[in-house]
Amino acid sequence: MGEQVKLFKTWSSAFGLRIVWALKLKGIQYESIDEDLTNKSPLILQYNPVYKKIPVLVYNGRPIVESLIILEYIDETWKQNPLLPEDPHKRATARFWAKFGDDKVMSSLWQILTEQGKEREEALVQATENLKFLEEELKGKRFFGGEKIGFLDIALGWLANLVPVLEEILGFEVIDKAGFPFLSEWMLEFSSVPAIKENLPLHDKMVAKFRAYLAAAPDK
Amino acid sequence: MAKTELKLLGARASPYVMRPRIALNIKSADYEFLQETPGSKSQLLLESNPVHKKIPVLIHNGKPICESLIIVEYIDEVWSSGPSILPSDPYDRAIARFWGAYVDEKWFPNLRILSTAEGEARDQVMGTLVEGLVLLEDAFVKISKGKAFFGGDQIGYLDIAFGCYLGWLRASEKMNVVKLLDEANTPGLVKWADTFSAHPAVKDVMPEIDKLVEFGKSLAAKFRAAKTGSS
Repeated sequence: MGEQVKLFKTWSSAFGLRIVWALKLKGIQYESIDEDLTNKSPLILQYNPVYKKIPVLVYNGRPIVESLIILEYIDETWKQNPLLPEDPHKRATARFWAKFGDDKVMSSLWQILTEQGKEREEALVQATENLKFLEEELKGKRFFGGEKIGFLDIALGWLANLVPVLEEILGFEVIDKAGFPFLSEWMLEFSSVPAIKENLPLHDKMVAKFRAYLAAAPDK
Repeated sequence: MAKTELKLLGARASPYVMRPRIALNIKSADYEFLQETPGSKSQLLLESNPVHKKIPVLIHNGKPICESLIIVEYIDEVWSSGPSILPSDPYDRAIARFWGAYVDEKWFPNLRILSTAEGEARDQVMGTLVEGLVLLEDAFVKISKGKAFFGGDQIGYLDIAFGCYLGWLRASEKMNVVKLLDEANTPGLVKWADTFSAHPAVKDVMPEIDKLVEFGKSLAAKFRAAKTGSS
């Protein structure tokens, strides 16, 4: 009954990718619809009137939006291969770091790319501080979820995909082996998990996309 | 459980701190409330929340939990024998979490800036706030299904997430001489606001509106002084 689950996303969105990973890890059949954000389908506007954004998961005709909320919904609806741990404190910790990733880490990395000169240096300092927290959280573990990937690995998985893209454009490393031994290793391990490896946007395509975006952006 | 095993770092005026307090009241859980001094951060706060250095922080058996809505979910999961805070159905939970995130990320930031916005900018902020309340009214009608709360007969996650802002909403109405919730646009929420505020789990932790007005006025004055004082 694969037609019951639909995922609206784009080929490159990190937020949509999370949902793909979760569905694949749980072995859930679904129909994938890639949107063109310059020409959003009426369905997106109907399913997500408040934000008009992807990803949107539709199950039994009902839409669920906001990627971290969708992840929790998937975990609660399909019980196989649980993503969140059982212990309430570990769950709270996973949720905390997922939110930190979205609220702080993402924007600080993005700022390195978009800023120049002194502002870029400051952005790099901030991003490094943020990443150090994640490095500390990972310490001693193969994945954030322990021996297997879990909710937090999926929530932070965009790092494995986007940081190499960022580093290629910048021409220097942000997550280097010396400063971030655990995070560097995790990025490789995470990207090697079959469900992840088979569902990563092409590196060169991402680099081209980001380069085009930066070239088109108005000068400060 | 001994009171010392459960501590909450917070401040009375903070809407975010109200959230775990209401949740703990719903579960009839005893805790020690450690009031932070305005303008300074205690050593315990800096140690328990090194990432954000913000309240609330719940410390349970020595382990900290941070971020108010994450704390509420934690409380619901640990005190599982008490009345439920999150709905049981996954879709309903997703809807509750959606609107909880909405009030935090989209709605409240506008309320914060209302008292310091001027002229056209202020009209815009008012407009955005009212539009948001109309969306929330619509959500309330759909989710409550005729009952008193978003959570139905009992206070739930979304009542807590949105209701914690009522103190500042009412204070802003007073400070700016405007009506944000009114019978014409948001009749359901007008009634809900009163019922929520009077609820036994809420009324003792809801800050006094006049104190918030005083606090709000002093914050706005500081902001204006900084604005005109800067080069």
